Amino acid sequence: MVESFPMKKVIDDQGNLVMASERELIDQDLVQTAYYHMYRIRTFDKKAKSLQRQGRIGTYPPFEGQEAAQVGSALALGEEDWLFPTYRDHGAMLTFGANMTRTFLYWNGRLEGCVPPDGKRIFPAAVPIATQLLHATGASWAEKRKGTKNIAIAYFGDGATSEGDFHEGLNFASVFQTPTIFFNQNNGYAISVPFERQMNSKTIAQKGIAYEIPSVRVDGNDFFAVYFEMQKAVNRARNGEGPTLIEAVTWRTGAHTTADDPTKYRPKELGQDIVDPIVRFERFMKNEGFWDEDFAANIHQEVEKEIEAAVKEMESYPKANVEDIFDHVFAELPNQLASQKDTYLQLLRGK
Amino acid sequence: MTSNMTETKIATKNITLIQAINDGMKTVLERDETTLILGEDVGKNGGVFRATDGLQEIFGDDRVIDTPLSESGIIGTSIGLAVNGMKPIAEIQFMGFIYPAYDQIMTHASRIRMRTMGRFSVPMVIRAPYGAGVRAPEIHSDSAESLFTHMPGIKVVCPATPYDAKGLLIAAVEDPDPVLYMEPMHSYRSFREEVPTDYYTIEIGKGKRRIEGEDVTLITWGAMVPLVEKVAKQAKENGISCEVIDLRTLYPIDEGLIAESVKKTGRAVVIHEAPRTGGLGNDIVSIINDTSFLYLKAPIERVTGFDVPVPFSSLENHYLPTPERILKGIEKVINF
Repeated sequence: MVESFPMKKVIDDQGNLVMASERELIDQDLVQTAYYHMYRIRTFDKKAKSLQRQGRIGTYPPFEGQEAAQVGSALALGEEDWLFPTYRDHGAMLTFGANMTRTFLYWNGRLEGCVPPDGKRIFPAAVPIATQLLHATGASWAEKRKGTKNIAIAYFGDGATSEGDFHEGLNFASVFQTPTIFFNQNNGYAISVPFERQMNSKTIAQKGIAYEIPSVRVDGNDFFAVYFEMQKAVNRARNGEGPTLIEAVTWRTGAHTTADDPTKYRPKELGQDIVDPIVRFERFMKNEGFWDEDFAANIHQEVEKEIEAAVKEMESYPKANVEDIFDHVFAELPNQLASQKDTYLQLLRGK
Repeated sequence: MTSNMTETKIATKNITLIQAINDGMKTVLERDETTLILGEDVGKNGGVFRATDGLQEIFGDDRVIDTPLSESGIIGTSIGLAVNGMKPIAEIQFMGFIYPAYDQIMTHASRIRMRTMGRFSVPMVIRAPYGAGVRAPEIHSDSAESLFTHMPGIKVVCPATPYDAKGLLIAAVEDPDPVLYMEPMHSYRSFREEVPTDYYTIEIGKGKRRIEGEDVTLITWGAMVPLVEKVAKQAKENGISCEVIDLRTLYPIDEGLIAESVKKTGRAVVIHEAPRTGGLGNDIVSIINDTSFLYLKAPIERVTGFDVPVPFSSLENHYLPTPERILKGIEKVINF
């Protein structure tokens, strides 16, 4: 089965083009945009980890190592498309237009962190596993009913394929031919359980066969491989050709969350041979004449500034409002809840 | 509404509860293009109880949708549809089959408005036939309302009559938040009532006094309502005047109606068919405690199902509250 789903690559670990034919699809703008976003979310991720260690935000699930998968997928989306992320996809969300201050706020326990910028169709991160596959199917089904060309993407990990909702989501999407992209980041581990214990199948892509959903396996650390396969899936979906399953094989460099210690379950030498996706991309830029010291220095500076500003804004954000725990549960507060709220607020106000 | 009906001669039909549900869905599908029906066997077959009978013929298989056999799939995709401008009416074939979808309802449908401070919301209706007493196979007879009244972010309604069934269904579709609409399977075809052919709503959160009385308040809902009404009439013959309250909405409960009645009668019996421990009856006891404790002349009685899985059909009548058990509860509070 694994032979039917060869891992698609555009560049190798040394940043050399594997397929010369792809070269003409690559221009300066794409390269610089990709590099900017990967560098930006990597720096965000590092900052978030450091803030957590200093006690300035709560538990945080790093996505380091998955930048090519997240940026390559998110950049292929259109303004009006829907994005249904997991808690490890803030890189994709930021690339698609989520607000950075609010992203920090989310990891600091603030509701505001789930509210996307106006008009942005970014769903709050799914914390249960695989549930969001059905939401993406439903939301893209609604787009199909409205007669638009908009699509939805659902992000999920290797562990999610063991859940019932993975099956139900793919099956619904297949039966109703919804414009949905099921974007799997196979990062090797679901907390402590390795891919081999998660399933006996050799690939995730092969699971698409059962649903007659076109599927593809890509090197998730190769930005171009992800981006080009995503573009194909996006076009198919927009043209009414239904869902696609993409398995992006990547690697979770760090821990499951800042509360997790992978040395307890993951052999130290594992993953040491994996070339970092950003290093690989920089090698490509240098090999192919895209590297520009000034450009790189400028973005590094720009990103530092943006992140510092976002952290500052997060830390000086108005205090969380206790009324928010009551006011958004229903469109209108039912009497019972209104009386619980009043009683508690009176207590707080010392009455 | 009922009294106006006779004055202004609103067109009505004499129909059963299940026909009223069908008529309610037809009414909303005609009025609002974004409403959809999703479920197992709801299309061509018209539902296993015929709740959606004939609707696919009128509205097409694009709006009355036979889904795969997949409860989490039905609810999960309905969430996505609702978030993106549709109004799904999702049928769960029997309430006992809702459990695979519990995760979707608990972790998403009920909390998306809260999580996004109102940016996204899930205006959907989940219909589920519930209750025992129809000699159905195993798992087909559960009364799981407490699992949902305990769940923040979803409303729960449960009509007892054809008139309320249509009005509450339309109100549930109009509601901006998810509503679980429990259908008393036992009452689907047991009696008829005049039901307006037009669009009307019953306010969610409002119960109804079915019988006025002085000595004791009987509080119940759904399939227990006709039974409790019958018992109230029997008690009357024994000289006990019972007030019967049909809650109609289980969350948010009409606390005012309960308090008003108990303050008058000073006694209460709560009747429900779900298991006793953790049952909604306990919340009603608490409401009385909070609102009318000093008016009580006797401890409140609960007549409920037992803390057992609904028995197989040969024994299910022992599980359901019977007239004898309810009468005994009434006598206990009267003779305290």
